[in-house]
Parts: sequence; C-alpha cells; structure tokens
Amino acid sequence: MSELVIEGLRAEAGGREILRGVTLTVRSGEVHAVMGPNGSGKSTLSHVLMGRPGYTVTGGSVTLDGVDVLAMAAWERAQAGLFLAMQYPTEVPGVSLQDALAAAFTAAGRDVAEVPGLVLAEAGRIGFDERFLTRPLNVDLSGGEKKRNETLQLGVLRPKFAVLDELDSGLDVDALRACARRIEQATAETGLGVLAITHYRRLLDELKSDVVHVFVKGEIVASGGAELADELEDTGYAGYGAEEAEVEGVVDPFADPFADPLGSTGRPEIEDPFGGPGSIG
Amino acid sequence: MRDRRVAAAERWTTAALPTSAEEVWRYSRIDELDLDDFALATPSDPATPVDGALTDVSEWASGGAAATVVLVDDRVVSLDVSPAAAAAGLVISDLSSDTSVDPADAGLAEAGDAPDLFATLNDAFSPSPIVVRTPVSAEIEGTVHVVRLATVAGGASFGRLVVHVGRNSRLAVVEHHRSTDVHALTVPYTELRVANDARLHYLAVNDLGPQVWQVADLVSRVEQGGSLIAAAAGFGGDYTRLRSDCRLTGRGSSGDLLAIYFGDGDQMLDYRTFQDHRAPDTTSDLLFKGAVGGRSRSVYTGLIRVRKEGTNTNANQTNRNLKLSDEAWAESVPNLEIETNDVKCSHASAVGPIDEEQRFYLESRGVMPADAERLVLTGFFEEVIARLPIAGAAEPLRRRVRDKVARRIGAGEVNA
Repeated sequence: MSELVIEGLRAEAGGREILRGVTLTVRSGEVHAVMGPNGSGKSTLSHVLMGRPGYTVTGGSVTLDGVDVLAMAAWERAQAGLFLAMQYPTEVPGVSLQDALAAAFTAAGRDVAEVPGLVLAEAGRIGFDERFLTRPLNVDLSGGEKKRNETLQLGVLRPKFAVLDELDSGLDVDALRACARRIEQATAETGLGVLAITHYRRLLDELKSDVVHVFVKGEIVASGGAELADELEDTGYAGYGAEEAEVEGVVDPFADPFADPLGSTGRPEIEDPFGGPGSIG
Repeated sequence: MRDRRVAAAERWTTAALPTSAEEVWRYSRIDELDLDDFALATPSDPATPVDGALTDVSEWASGGAAATVVLVDDRVVSLDVSPAAAAAGLVISDLSSDTSVDPADAGLAEAGDAPDLFATLNDAFSPSPIVVRTPVSAEIEGTVHVVRLATVAGGASFGRLVVHVGRNSRLAVVEHHRSTDVHALTVPYTELRVANDARLHYLAVNDLGPQVWQVADLVSRVEQGGSLIAAAAGFGGDYTRLRSDCRLTGRGSSGDLLAIYFGDGDQMLDYRTFQDHRAPDTTSDLLFKGAVGGRSRSVYTGLIRVRKEGTNTNANQTNRNLKLSDEAWAESVPNLEIETNDVKCSHASAVGPIDEEQRFYLESRGVMPADAERLVLTGFFEEVIARLPIAGAAEPLRRRVRDKVARRIGAGEVNA
C-alpha cells in the first residue's frame, strides 16, 4: 500500500499565486477526481506535482510513502512512481516511443527487452493502432491518439500514482471509454492510485471515483463521494464561489445542445497548454 | 593537365587571400589563415604503415560498396571497383597515373567559374584528381566511397574529386574527410556533374581531427531532368568550411542540399550555400540543422538565386540551430535574390536552445536528463538523416551524434 500525501501545497507562477493550500491524500487503488472550472489551477496542480519548470512552490509538502517528492527532479519523481498524463502531450520529433520507454526502463533498472512486448500488449488493450507506434512521439497524432499514447505509456511504465490532466479533453467517446477502462483496470491489477483532473463527469462513468474534490481558485473547497460529481453536473461551480467567467467553463461541449440553454454558448475556453503565466517561452 | 596547373598557379600567385570583409567570408576565421604555415603534404613513406582503422569504411558498408578509393596525403593507396559495378560501367580514374582522361573532365578550370581562390589553388596543386564516371543508363548498386586521410603535420593537401553521372544513370558517392591528430590544412574540391535525367546522391563526412583546418568547395551542375541530393555531415576539425554551389542548369532539374553539423570544444563549422536556379521549372530544397556546444561556433549563410531564366522555380531554404551552451554561438543568414516572376521561394532560420518542453516530457516518463538530451538531440537531426537516401549511412551518422552527446556528458556539460 502506497500513499501520495499533499499537504497545504502552495505554488506560484510568474509572481501570481495559483495553488493556495491544497491538501489531499491518495492511496493505492483509489481514484480521486479533482473537478473545477477553467482557470481554477487544476492543471497547475498536476504540473507542480510532476515538477514542470516554470512554477515555484511557496509552501506545503508532497510525499510519496514518506519521501519528499518536491525535492526530486522530474525524472526522479517518475522513477519514484509518479506519472503525469498530460493534457497536451508534447511532440518530440525524431524520438520513437520505444526509445523513450527504453531509456525510462534503463533508468529504472528494468529489462529493456520487455519494452516492445509490453507496448504491443498495451496498444491492444486500448485499441491504439499499431501503425502509430513507429511514429515520433506525439508527432502527427490527433488529440485522441495522443491521449491513448499517454495511457499506453502509463500501462507500460506501471507507476504507483497517475495524475491525469484532463485525460478526457480531445477524446472521442470510444477512446475515452478505452482509456478510462484501462486506468480503472490498473487500479485493481497493479494498485494504481489516480488523481483525475477533469471538468466533466463523463470520464468518471468508466473510471469510478472514490472521492470527488471540488477545486476552485487554487484550493479544494469541498470533498465528497461520487454523487458530488453528479451534483456538479447539474448545478455547476457557482455555489462553490466560482465566478461567472469560471462557471462558463463547465459547459460540456459534448452535451445535447438543446437540453441545456447554456449549451448554446459553445466551446469552453481552452486552457493555455503550458499552464498560463508560468509557461516556458 | 600540366599547362592547366601552371595557369592556375599563376592565377593564384597574382591573387590575394580573401578576407572576412567579403560577405561570403563574413564571420569566418579566414583572417587567421597564413598559408606560409603549411607546405605541400609530401607522400607518406610507404614503409610507414597507416593504421587501417583510419581508412576503414566497413562501418558504412551495410549498403554495399560499389567502389572504395583510399587516398593518404593526396596519394592513392588503393582503388577497388567491385566487379558488379565495373560490369555496370562504373569507371574510376586517378589522373596522376591515368593520362587517357581529358583534362577538361577534371573539373572547372576557368577562373570565372571557380567559386573562389581555394578552388583555383586546388586546380594548381591537386596531385591525384579522382574522376568517377558512369555511362548512359547505368544503375550502379551500392556506394562509391572516397576516403581522404591527412597525416602530415604542417601539410597542405588538395584532394580533388569529379563525378560525372551519365545520362539516365544512378549513383551514390560518400566522400570521407579524415586525419590523424595533426595540425594540417586541407583544401578539397569536389565537382558533381549530373547529366540529363540522371540521379546522384552525395554525402561528405567530416571526421577530421581536432587541429585540422579545412576550406572545401563543392560545385554541382544538374542538367535537364536530373536530380541531385548533396549532403554534408560536419563533426571534426578546428575550423572547417564548406562552400556549396548548386547550379541548376537544365530545365526541370532539382538539387536538394542537406547537412547536419555538431560542434563542441573550440571548433568552428562554417557553411555557405548557393542554390542557383539557371533554368525553368527547377526545384531546390535545403535543410541544414546544427548544434553547437562548449565554446564552438557555427555559421550558415545561404543564397537562393533565381535568374531570369529560372521561371517556375520552387526553392526552399531552412536552417535550424540548437545552441547548447552560453558560450556557444551560431549565426544563420538566409538570403533571396530573385530576378524573375512566377517563383515560389521560402526560407526559415532559427537559433535557440533545446526545447525544454520536449526534455520535460521525456523526463516526466522517468528518462534521466542526459538520456533525455541525447534523445532530443538525435531526434533533432533525425529529420535530416531520414531524408538521406544513401543506404547504410544513417546509422554511422546517428552514432557520431550520440558520440558528440556522450562527450558533452563526459565534459559535464549536461546535468546528469
């Protein structure tokens, strides 16, 4: 049994405080959903957990089985058992998936010879077309294919904890189901603990959440069971102190446009792919 | 041949060395060159054996060798043509011993046509010009390797290679520039003549030792419907310069120029290109990618020139550089000169650090920083390597890139 403990985590980017004291604990096999409007700092939480450059931690702690995660470089966090499925996976021209995973296996002291077999097996489990496996990482992949690619790597690397940063964005219904199912299976097969950051309840249809946290203005303002996600779907985040601009982001672009008058407002604002003011130019 | 040498030598003695005040020599280290520091490289004593590893090309041989010519200090020590290539019509001549070749086939002689004074110097002093020739409609399997090794300290060598690809023929040539660890000057001149509907793939690999100065000229001429891919790979040398003039003289001809270069230590890699469109319906595509670490420097300047006759030209020019350390420096200057309408030309150039997002993505998967840098750098060059159509060349080039990265890691220039 492993434990990812986040206590009073505060962080800023570009001189602006974005995380204002985040506290939560994820244990092996658990799924925690973090739901909040656009601009609430959800993505920042995922970046700070993985150690993406451009953020400054100003307070609090993150430990994995008692070990200080914040003192580690990104690759050490990964080796310690943390995985980030990115909202916008970076294209890495000229670098194959196999080579990247082989380098990760080398760092972990795992047998590199296992990589091709594991990749094929994982591709099969989520319906990732084998012809994409030979392409450079994320290059010329659609949004949905990139998310399958992230899920595939999660399956091969077998982390203890996965942070999913809007895994559902850019995914069609079939791909979402395949990815969410695979991650749900990992919680049982390898005891994966999941921190799923999302706008929408959709992801949680397949990936059953044990705890749902409402995230507004850089902190968790409420936590509850899976029923909380249903409530948010109906009432939005306004009741939790989110401002109008943030509330608009709750609109599900995949919802029936005639069922909900807000649906006609169209697409939600897309977050800055590099996390706002902390982005690296 | 003798008269021609004398004429070239006379032209040479009345001319002054160029200076960095000239645009095509701007940023270069030409002002540091004093020819009096060097003497003509005299033939190696045959009793002194050359380390076979220095002239070996088996690393490149997975694509098959049509022929291998080895020159040490400008003297031919071996010249082997495979039976299959010979049967297909491939002929390789050493002009120091073969007097049957018309001097006119030994490359440019006219002062006005030579790209610079170093080409003239080469014409005067090249002791063993090598002429490679294919007949009409010959398909030569495998690659012609020409290996040039410089071993004389203080020696100046003047390797000359002229390739004539006959009408509708296919040929691939790799020229290897190597040296022992001596302070030497090499002034190679290579001329590629691609006849109507012929196809030539050429690669020059600079594996020179760290003290060598090289001032190289590459002149290409592509006739109607012919196609050329001329590539360069630069790794070694103290100061190495390649000027490449690609003259598209026949309608519908194409010339693609590719290069990868990777500097470290104090070395300087200097590339000048001319995509010269002299006929209608011609296309050229240039992609040069470089990386500079340590205190090394690189220069790329290039001109797309479309003459009045070059209607319906399509020309591209892209140069991208990674600057891997604060003290490294890369210059990139693309230029266009267009004398006609109805052309499509584009150019792009960039100098910047390694993409932090790419590095973070790999590290977030658990890849160690040194490996992440190796992957991102090899990936950066892969775009060029993947376009090289010479069988068996990709892996040796990747190996050289990996070696350069390993040296950076060894020198503590990567946070491991």
